[in-house]
Amino acid sequence: MGEQENLEAVVEFDRVALRFEEHIVLREVSFRLERGETKVLLGVTGTGKSILLKMTMGLLKPDSGRIFVLGEEITNRSEPELFQIRRQIGMVFQEGALFDSLTVGENVGYVFQRLPEVSPEEANRRVREALCFVDLEHTLDLFPSQLSGGMRRRVAIARAIVGQPEIMLYDSPTAGLDPITAQRIMTLVLKQRDVSKVSSLLVTHRMQDAFRMAHFYYDHQQEKMLPAGGNSAGRDTHTRFLVLRDGEVLFHGQLQELGAKRDPYLHKFLPHM
Amino acid sequence: MGALDGFAKQRVLAVQEFTLLAGRAFRNIFRPPHYFADIVQQMDFIGFGSLPIVILTGFFTGAVLALQMANTLTTFGETSLTGQLVAVSLVRELGPVLTALMVAGRNSSGIASELGSMVVSEQIEAMRALGTDPIKKLVTPRLIAVVIMLPLLTILMDFVGLWGGFATSFFMIQLNPALYWTSAYRALGFDDLFQGLLKPFMFAFIVALVGCYYGLSTRGGTQGVGRSTTQAVVAASVLILAFDFFLTKILLTWEG
Repeated sequence: MGEQENLEAVVEFDRVALRFEEHIVLREVSFRLERGETKVLLGVTGTGKSILLKMTMGLLKPDSGRIFVLGEEITNRSEPELFQIRRQIGMVFQEGALFDSLTVGENVGYVFQRLPEVSPEEANRRVREALCFVDLEHTLDLFPSQLSGGMRRRVAIARAIVGQPEIMLYDSPTAGLDPITAQRIMTLVLKQRDVSKVSSLLVTHRMQDAFRMAHFYYDHQQEKMLPAGGNSAGRDTHTRFLVLRDGEVLFHGQLQELGAKRDPYLHKFLPHM
Repeated sequence: MGALDGFAKQRVLAVQEFTLLAGRAFRNIFRPPHYFADIVQQMDFIGFGSLPIVILTGFFTGAVLALQMANTLTTFGETSLTGQLVAVSLVRELGPVLTALMVAGRNSSGIASELGSMVVSEQIEAMRALGTDPIKKLVTPRLIAVVIMLPLLTILMDFVGLWGGFATSFFMIQLNPALYWTSAYRALGFDDLFQGLLKPFMFAFIVALVGCYYGLSTRGGTQGVGRSTTQAVVAASVLILAFDFFLTKILLTWEG
């Protein structure tokens, strides 16, 4: 792992602005997500965090500014062109957004409908592998309505990783879940980061999740989360924080720096620091 | 003035978006990929599923038409014309309009609520994220299904309506069956059938596209889905009736 490789930006926002009629959602937001890095997006509801993820996916176009994904500008791409880039990105939507008329297996393998070069056997194998990753192989033929909220979220993660993406986007993956299920989901997020080495953007409202991203790593041998032992002494978890307020970037940096800030808005997010 | 301005702007924007959606849905009919399984599923749901409602509406409409006509015609001693009047009003006007209204009530709302729920649960965005065009996958199959099924349902409605009229004239007015059917059959010319089949073909676009438009433009959670559903039925019904008037006017002028 050379230093050079680490500095490559997989997602870059350059002065991106967006408004819905009178309401300004984002004003000139710029940031870079480097390869292997995890960026935790924080901010109160309505500050445009989910919008940011949807823009990265090309689902929404900015009014001004430019967005680069994996070195390519996506701002003015047509839908068919965008598909080539979207294949490299896995997105976990807020409530999972599973297709309720399709089975779990069909949901996870949905992307292969558009990829005739992947044979049905290969697609089937990868669907099983993805479901195995989230520990839900047995639900292959069930419908999303037959699963619990936490299981649906895990299927959504399986659907996002089935194409082996280079970038993962998580939109509040633990919102509305009990602490035990939430921890299980976060373990999967960490596993995806530390085992598959993908770069990710994570939107969350739960500070526990943010701390876990910064202070823990996934150990493949023991199959569980372990403390990383602080960024200077132990492993680097490559986690940075991006705090948004009123459509602007208020803070960008590591957790320690966030704790050192005197801003009252930031401190509301960090009750324990 | 500002409010009025905003309202007008919104309406114009809505018409623009609707036209864009209609254009894209129509273009997709000729472009791969085609989702045949979805088309068949929608044809079953929209066409076969509407059979009971169309048969019942048709029968009672025909029956009540005969009853009213016969009542009026008795004053002139011309009850033998009952068949003719029932056939012409059913095939030219009531068959197409009532079928379209019934299917709009059942399916424009159904389409709007289904697509609306998919919007609020982010399934439409997930679909785009996974490389499928929602218009191709959801709108075009519904449009094709309604365009095929609505004229067929209209033919059925006309047919059942004639039997409804027959039932009344036979059992209640004691009209000679041969007289009823001959006068009904003789009354219908090519222009009546043409008008009666062109109308449902046109109404099909309203039924499918209005439902899809309101569904896809749903905002704001489950409440939004309810609002879209209601608006879809209202807009589709009003559009069908208004469109029917202008279409009839054009066709009558054209027929001379």
